[in-house]
Amino acid sequence: MLKFTAEHEWLKLEDGVATVGITTHAAEQLGDLVFVELPEVGAELVKDGNAATVESVKAASDVYSPLDGEVTEVNQAIVDDPSLVNSDPQAAGWFFKLKLKNAADADALMDEATYKELIG
Amino acid sequence: MDDHSVLKTTPLNALHLSLGAKMVPFAGYDMPVQYPLGVMKEHLHTRAAAGLFDVSHMGQVIVRAKSGDYADAALALEKLVPVDILSLKEGRQRYGFFTDDNGCILDDLMITNRGDHLLVVVNAACKDADLAHMKAHLPDCDVTLLDDRALIALQGPRAEAVLAELWAGVSSMKFMDVREVPLHDVACIISRSGYSGEDGFEISIPQDHAVSVAKALLEHPDCEAIGLGARDSLRLEAGLCLYGNDIDTTTSPIEASLEWALQKARKAGGDREGGFPGADRILAELADGISRRRVGLKPEGKAPVRSHAKLFADADGLKELGEVTSGTFGPTVEGPVAMGYLPVTHAAAGTQVFAEVRGKYLPMTVAALPFITPTYKR
Repeated sequence: MLKFTAEHEWLKLEDGVATVGITTHAAEQLGDLVFVELPEVGAELVKDGNAATVESVKAASDVYSPLDGEVTEVNQAIVDDPSLVNSDPQAAGWFFKLKLKNAADADALMDEATYKELIG
Repeated sequence: MDDHSVLKTTPLNALHLSLGAKMVPFAGYDMPVQYPLGVMKEHLHTRAAAGLFDVSHMGQVIVRAKSGDYADAALALEKLVPVDILSLKEGRQRYGFFTDDNGCILDDLMITNRGDHLLVVVNAACKDADLAHMKAHLPDCDVTLLDDRALIALQGPRAEAVLAELWAGVSSMKFMDVREVPLHDVACIISRSGYSGEDGFEISIPQDHAVSVAKALLEHPDCEAIGLGARDSLRLEAGLCLYGNDIDTTTSPIEASLEWALQKARKAGGDREGGFPGADRILAELADGISRRRVGLKPEGKAPVRSHAKLFADADGLKELGEVTSGTFGPTVEGPVAMGYLPVTHAAAGTQVFAEVRGKYLPMTVAALPFITPTYKR
């Protein structure tokens, strides 16, 4: 099941581990990405703290951690080819996997219908 | 109050909206930053074919001597600008800048000899100050803002072919030539110049006809509308300064590596040596050298290094050298590009320096400007 944040991230939850990426809407708003910087495996992230950086031709933008947790895996493919985030943001363009500190925290995030209402 | 409600609009505003542009406030104007094509493809399209830019926010100003004599207008403007305007031939254009008493740059501008008067084009953000500056210091000239004209830039290797659809004589123009030409029976002022590093034109159009001329150019299959986002990456790859970023009232033209813009007549030993604000400093810098200089910077990694990133001599951030003034990803270079100021001891091409980005010190190499090979039609 996908969950969403107001900061335009999506999370796919499996056994207390969230695969995290940015939404199709966010990828469209950012435009063609030219650079992605991901957290290191093992990094402890806190909710709303900086997790990653993406850059378009125009500007750098932060990607925030949607919840507390530890990074267990990162997607090197988007570092090698940032355009993957634009072409397939909600699947192949995932950013990192986060082992959640409290799996139940994800319940409070938005579902897809609520997120779609948010972005209008 | 909605921020957008106080923004000025150009005569092409409705056209931008109809083309699906994303609009942003820029220098007090509601301007297109990109169209649905996106910054990357707009940039590459301009280098491969032709791009049309709305630059109507810039100030187009007539400077005419009350005597009616070109030489009087030229000599008057030379009091504010350290370039040779007197010897500029009719129908020719030249780059220059207003200097202040400290020898720094108030704005940069294009200056054209239009026969019996000068046409100058200044930056949008400096327009009001430049007008006041000229009016205050040129008492024997009439200084008039042409606020009833649009200005569009047509840039790229296919610009000549696109413009030729409206005017067959275009191929007779060379880089920095300026002509008054009817396009669709509208009197336009065309210069062969621009801000992209490509061959191209800037076209001044009476505002009521701006949309029809722009649409006629956009009908050509090689011509796409291009926003301010790509305009910035194009000019940066071409090594061209952006006023407010790379040059301002803290930089002298010599520090800015713009000494090529000062002709012999205004330098030491020239016919009209000095005689502009800050001449003491600028001529002394030409004679004795400077301590820092604007250089090209090529990040060694993939991360863009943006303006205001601090530059260091070492990878530990101990010895600060200067600052990046413009930086982005160059779509044609296929990597990050930047410009900034470094002490002359660290300004030679090939020198390695380090930029502070998000707490890390990223290696950059001083690089010759421009990053691309310009295709001006000289």
